[in-house]
Amino acid sequence: MTALKSVLFALTLPALLVAFWYIATSGAKNFFIPTPALLAEKFVSVWFSDRFFSDVLPSLGRLVIGLVSASVLGIAAGLLIGSFRWLRSLTEPVLEFFRAIPPPVLVPILMLLIGVSDLMKVAVIVSACVWPVLLNTVEGVRAVDSVLSESARTYGLSGAARVRYLVLPSASPQIMTGIRQSLSVGLILMVISEMFASSSGLGFTIVQFQRSFAIPEMWSGIVVLGLIGVIMSFIFQWTERKILRWYHGLREVENAA
Amino acid sequence: MSSRAAHTVQPDIGNGGADAPARPARGRSLALGPLSKPLLGLVGIAGFLLIWEVCPRAGLVDIRFLPPASEVLGILLADLGLAAFWAAVGETMTAWAVGLVTAVIAAVVLGFVVGSSTFLRTFTYSLVEFMRPIPSVALIPLAVLLFGVKIESSLMLIIYASFWQVFIQVLYGVADVDNVAMQTARSYGLKATARVRHVVFPTALPYLMTGIRLAAAVALILAVTAELVIGSPGLGREIALAQSGGAISSMYALVLACGLLGVAINVAMRWVERKTLAWHSSVRSETVV
Repeated sequence: MTALKSVLFALTLPALLVAFWYIATSGAKNFFIPTPALLAEKFVSVWFSDRFFSDVLPSLGRLVIGLVSASVLGIAAGLLIGSFRWLRSLTEPVLEFFRAIPPPVLVPILMLLIGVSDLMKVAVIVSACVWPVLLNTVEGVRAVDSVLSESARTYGLSGAARVRYLVLPSASPQIMTGIRQSLSVGLILMVISEMFASSSGLGFTIVQFQRSFAIPEMWSGIVVLGLIGVIMSFIFQWTERKILRWYHGLREVENAA
Repeated sequence: MSSRAAHTVQPDIGNGGADAPARPARGRSLALGPLSKPLLGLVGIAGFLLIWEVCPRAGLVDIRFLPPASEVLGILLADLGLAAFWAAVGETMTAWAVGLVTAVIAAVVLGFVVGSSTFLRTFTYSLVEFMRPIPSVALIPLAVLLFGVKIESSLMLIIYASFWQVFIQVLYGVADVDNVAMQTARSYGLKATARVRHVVFPTALPYLMTGIRLAAAVALILAVTAELVIGSPGLGREIALAQSGGAISSMYALVLACGLLGVAINVAMRWVERKTLAWHSSVRSETVV
């Protein structure tokens, strides 16, 4: 009964909006807004075709490679910088500056340095996604509970074991926050890198539709981007709950006490 | 609680004495004086500029593609004296400010309305969770169609992106209201508007400020992106023009200017946050949990 009710709750508003959209577009023909039926038809015919393999998959591949490299880089550098106080003070202003640069302005620079290629697109994604991960890792490492840290030292944990069993687990909630921030940034940069200089990929295709005034096709592209964003956020939430199960459990216990 | 008790009992072994007592030094780090932190930061900046200067001059990177730091800084300094540069900065900041303020007002109003009713919260949950992750750049083609290369294109992207940042935070904030405080206010006979003013608003304010700080950064990103990709007036368009015109050094100078603008916005937002939340325990930092 409650399950049915929550499904009803979840579906009512979207259904109402689609109904409103249907009614609003059924009468007058609006050039900019297609009817729901036309959009659904275009969505299937445009994206469930060769285009899925020639444009969508390569884009997603670059996004995943970029995100994974940015996470690995960010965590590694963050562990290093976070562990030494002098290194932290040394690098902090420079890192703050790099984080504050709006990442899309790096696209023209990377185009110059690397040239227009897949590598450049991945580099664009990495150069934007690495900062949230890096800075959050530094914060996480810095905030390791000092009692835990002293206990670990007393038990003679050092080097790799210390990182593996003390630093990495304590910093992991912060690291996950950083990765979550970088997901949305990465998706944005994936699209922008393809809008700039490219002859394939999602961003390119959508701009192409817009330039040729293929309005329903353009809208279907926007829907695809939205779906990718939603699916990514669901996958991430699921993974985060798996990885940080101990942490959420701990929080519940602490809050209850 | 327990960890704090442990600190005070524990004898001070090997902890750096230079630190404030509230923050025990970690590990065998060098004992740093209070002055050395900003000093090290300056050294870091100098080191970064030095590397940037040496790499192209030594031929590690093509000097045509990465001009040395001194040249770029020189152009940036020259830019600072140009009216055209400040006009571009003004255009970017206008789009940023108008977009941010609109988004914040809309998000605060809707957030308080939706957040204070359980029915509305569950009713809109699925839609919000679906709309929020949609990347704002997906709207670029639509913005171009509707507004062309005008400031409205930037505004549409900025408002969409910053709205969700603030809206979600306000929802969390309103949901965080302490039940006891609410019941107390009710039994003291506070009317609905007074309850919002004296109970809900102070609870939600820290969340709101976090949301605004995040949104301010996002709004700058989107402002520059719109200018860069669509070509609405501002710093981003100047970068695109410099790049296509082959004026590499001035392109770097403009990128540097964007970064400095970002730093200025971050610093200003943190200051505003500290001022408006001066009463809040997270800022007063005297209560330790």
